[in-house]
Amino acid sequence: MPTVIFQLPDGTERKVIAASGTVLMQAAVSGGVEGIVAECGGNASCATCHVYVDSAQAELVGPPNDVEDEMLDFTAAERRPTSRLSCQIHLSDALDGLVVHVPEEQV
Amino acid sequence: MTSTAGVVVVGGGQAAFSVVSTLRASGYDAPVTVFAAEPHLPYQRPPLSKAAHTEPDGLRVELVPESFYRERNIDLRLGDHVVALDTAAATVVSRTGARVPYAHLVLATGARNRPLPVPGAELDGVHALRSVDDALTIGRALTTARDVVVVGGGFIGLELARVALTRGARVTVVELADRLLSRAVSRELELPLRERHEHAGVRVLTGTGVRALEGPGRVERVVTDREVLPADLVVYGIGAIPRDDLAREAGLAVDDGVVVDEQLRSVTDSRISAVGDCARHPHPNVEGLVRLESVQNAIDQGTLVGRRIAGSPASYESLPWFWSDQGDLKLQIAGLRSPSDEVRLVPGDSPERLAGYAFRDGLLVAVETLNWPAEHLAARRLLERRTPILAGDLAGPTLGALARARRAAEVRA
Repeated sequence: MPTVIFQLPDGTERKVIAASGTVLMQAAVSGGVEGIVAECGGNASCATCHVYVDSAQAELVGPPNDVEDEMLDFTAAERRPTSRLSCQIHLSDALDGLVVHVPEEQV
Repeated sequence: MTSTAGVVVVGGGQAAFSVVSTLRASGYDAPVTVFAAEPHLPYQRPPLSKAAHTEPDGLRVELVPESFYRERNIDLRLGDHVVALDTAAATVVSRTGARVPYAHLVLATGARNRPLPVPGAELDGVHALRSVDDALTIGRALTTARDVVVVGGGFIGLELARVALTRGARVTVVELADRLLSRAVSRELELPLRERHEHAGVRVLTGTGVRALEGPGRVERVVTDREVLPADLVVYGIGAIPRDDLAREAGLAVDDGVVVDEQLRSVTDSRISAVGDCARHPHPNVEGLVRLESVQNAIDQGTLVGRRIAGSPASYESLPWFWSDQGDLKLQIAGLRSPSDEVRLVPGDSPERLAGYAFRDGLLVAVETLNWPAEHLAARRLLERRTPILAGDLAGPTLGALARARRAAEVRA
């Protein structure tokens, strides 16, 4: 299963081994990654699981879907070119070693 | 075994989790004990009435794994609940006889379902939904149910109605009020929402009371004011009652919820706080006190109390927001509307999208959206910042456009 790395705003990082068939938000929450709030539980309703995909991997992860794209304009932390909602990133072995940066604020 | 008094949390839901995770994240290092009555790790409730129990074997809703609590030295007592508070001795007593002293006590006891007050409510095949076990029971019942009657046209009832529909059942919603979601959304938005449910195949009976449920041990019929409905499964969601008994028995002020101040401390005893569904509190958006049942409120109140105990006090003024997934309808509400507010319905940029802007004295106070998360988020950002939005500002542009324009102006400035 893919291992993903969360770079936290304080400079530390957390490595989480994701369960099969999960999304990145779930991996963060299960791994106790602080800073991924996920108020809505992964329904693309709240934009509190915002992450910045490492620019080297942005192409591999792909662009946001349409609804997500609109929502990203209203995240608490600034939107950047590699912004995604982590509840919309489906993990697979192809994303093993994924690095994402957790923004300063979510709400 | 240390006897140092730390924080005791009564309850094991989202608000309780928010308190204890915040305490540790804020550097609080005294003992933290959680009494969770259910045998399960703290879990999310919103998925239970939406899609999750369509896959009853795969219901994974726990907030974090057990290791989260262990690593943070949080003493999680699953399957045990507090039966008495001794406020004089600052100690709680649990069902299993544990006595735990506290420096701070947090009541996060949630709410219980309002019971269905009609004959036959105890029959087999009649269920309410609150816990993960209820969700599994209803999910199993839906594998064979053909005629499902949903009593109550609120969030839970409508979410369950659409789940039942996707499981192949015939579904009737019976609501006593003259419209659906009478407490949650405006009459203006309710009309298109009802049309969409009916178009999807849900039969809706409003202004209709339930008189009895009937059957030989197992429910077979629902007798309403108007007609008798066949039913092999009845689910009801007719509101909730805060679990405030412990507080009342301990002599704390209680009024449909534990009465707390702006920092969420009991007005009777400042060493005790209440958070989430069980708290009745002041809020800058309302006159008097309010009790909110939402995930946002549970998380934000838990965070506020966790931070306060760890040394950073603040007043509670988070913007309330709510959401409900009803089949293909994503209903979201930002802010608190009151029945006298004027609501203007505005079509979105595609046929399935709709927004209702609620104005009070010409100022925007709340926004209801259907299938339009971006507009909901824009509303939250603007309302959270207390940016005054006048009715005239919204004669044409959406809030999303307005928010983008203001953000662009800020960047230029």
